[in-house]
Amino acid sequence: MPAIEIEALHKSFGRLEVLRGIDLTVEPGEVVCVIGPSGSGKSTLLRCVNLLEEPTSGTIRLAGVEVTDPDCDIDAVRKGVGMVFQQFNLFGHLTVRENVTIAQRRVLKRSRAEADRIATENLDRVGLADKAAAYPAQLSGGQQQRVAIARSLAMEPQLMLFDEPTSALDPELVGEVLAVMRGLVADGMTMLVVTHEMAFAREVASRVVFMDDGLIVEQGPPAELFGQPREERTRAFLHRVLEPTQVSESEIGAHLTD
Amino acid sequence: MTLTPRRRRRIIRVAGYVVFALAIVGFIAAADWGRLSDAFFRSDVAGSMFPEAITVALRNTILYTLLAFVFGLTLGLVLALMRLSSILPYRWFATAYIELFRGLPSLLVLFMVGYGVPLAFPDREIPGGVYGSVTVGLGLTAAAYMAETIRAGIQAVPKGQLEAARTLGMSHPRAMISIVLPQAFRIVIPPLTNEIILLTKDTSLVYVLGVTSTTIELTKFAGDTLNTKVNPTPLVVAGLLYLVITLPLSQLVRGLERRAARER
Repeated sequence: MPAIEIEALHKSFGRLEVLRGIDLTVEPGEVVCVIGPSGSGKSTLLRCVNLLEEPTSGTIRLAGVEVTDPDCDIDAVRKGVGMVFQQFNLFGHLTVRENVTIAQRRVLKRSRAEADRIATENLDRVGLADKAAAYPAQLSGGQQQRVAIARSLAMEPQLMLFDEPTSALDPELVGEVLAVMRGLVADGMTMLVVTHEMAFAREVASRVVFMDDGLIVEQGPPAELFGQPREERTRAFLHRVLEPTQVSESEIGAHLTD
Repeated sequence: MTLTPRRRRRIIRVAGYVVFALAIVGFIAAADWGRLSDAFFRSDVAGSMFPEAITVALRNTILYTLLAFVFGLTLGLVLALMRLSSILPYRWFATAYIELFRGLPSLLVLFMVGYGVPLAFPDREIPGGVYGSVTVGLGLTAAAYMAETIRAGIQAVPKGQLEAARTLGMSHPRAMISIVLPQAFRIVIPPLTNEIILLTKDTSLVYVLGVTSTTIELTKFAGDTLNTKVNPTPLVVAGLLYLVITLPLSQLVRGLERRAARER
């Protein structure tokens, strides 16, 4: 049974159609990276998967459970779906340890001792066991994002969603977050990752999906999509992203005076 | 001698201090302190007010304030949540309530509760006698102000906080209770304390309900003493006792703000 099954997904904000018919399947254990220009709808697609955004039409099934069914118990489904945000979204009034234990205690009803033990395990895994007593504001962006990952992992999810997890980080902090994510890939976690880190996508993705203008333009193994893109739009995007210093003025509509 | 910009700034600043100090000294010197102290600082009159000024009047003022605050805060929270609800009639009700009670003087509301409710419900009465009537009478108005304050606090919590909580499987109410409201209340502690200070002073209106010697509060107590002693010293005593309540409150806010700043 696929981990994610999306069929004919449409999403509009008012008159703006952000997703215009998305079909996407993610098998268990797959790591799918979604790339594309900003405004292409990739974050909206990710947010539809766990219903942070209500799809306008279409169906989404997670491990066979149709979350777009109005009778679906979405809170129960979300327990098994971790999500990591661009802005970390750690709970500012709670310590790092409390950030990682609160949902375990309130949602999974684990005892304090058990929640603490699992929190320590997961903080250790992201290399932050010594920061358990700190408040999020006392941590760097990279540390906050690693805590956010530990917070999701503590729920023992079957699927992890990443919404541009390194886009808000200073460049020197990107590596530590990607290292943690590579560790998850090695453990066989099913992951759907919206990212601008092409090197990461090329290295760890089992499949790369290129989106533009609310549609999936093409998808395939990273070697194929990065090596021999079939679509002109994919080529143009990769050219701009991978070789930004090679973009000529004529490509952006600027004219040299003659 | 040339005036460098730095010298000029210093001369202007010193001149400002001098004018300011002269104004204050002049004001103090011009007052007739002899007559003033005869009227407002008579120790025998002040002495006659104790211990009742503290054991009864100050105690009741604090009690009325706390009761009205707790009632107003609870109702204010409910109104704030209604105001932010996706259900239209709730939003309408909350908006109408807030507009109405913010627009009415506290005295009027207190009067309506004290005399209107017994007329409307002749067989029932607000429990707690005057204490109950004050709780509701002042709390209704306070709730309107606090609802707006709390709403602003909830909206100041970034949307990502609720999203992160929901993503972890928390229901909307659970996410509000565990994640959003604690942060919202940290944000609104200073304005809410302002509200307590305003409420403390509004308890001076309680006299319209007809208080007795056991339910009397500071202002009425001072007024009564003024009438019997024919001397306004009690007003000064009452004023000082109000400061006994409000100054520590300001201090408390500063401490809480410092703690919140550490955690942010």
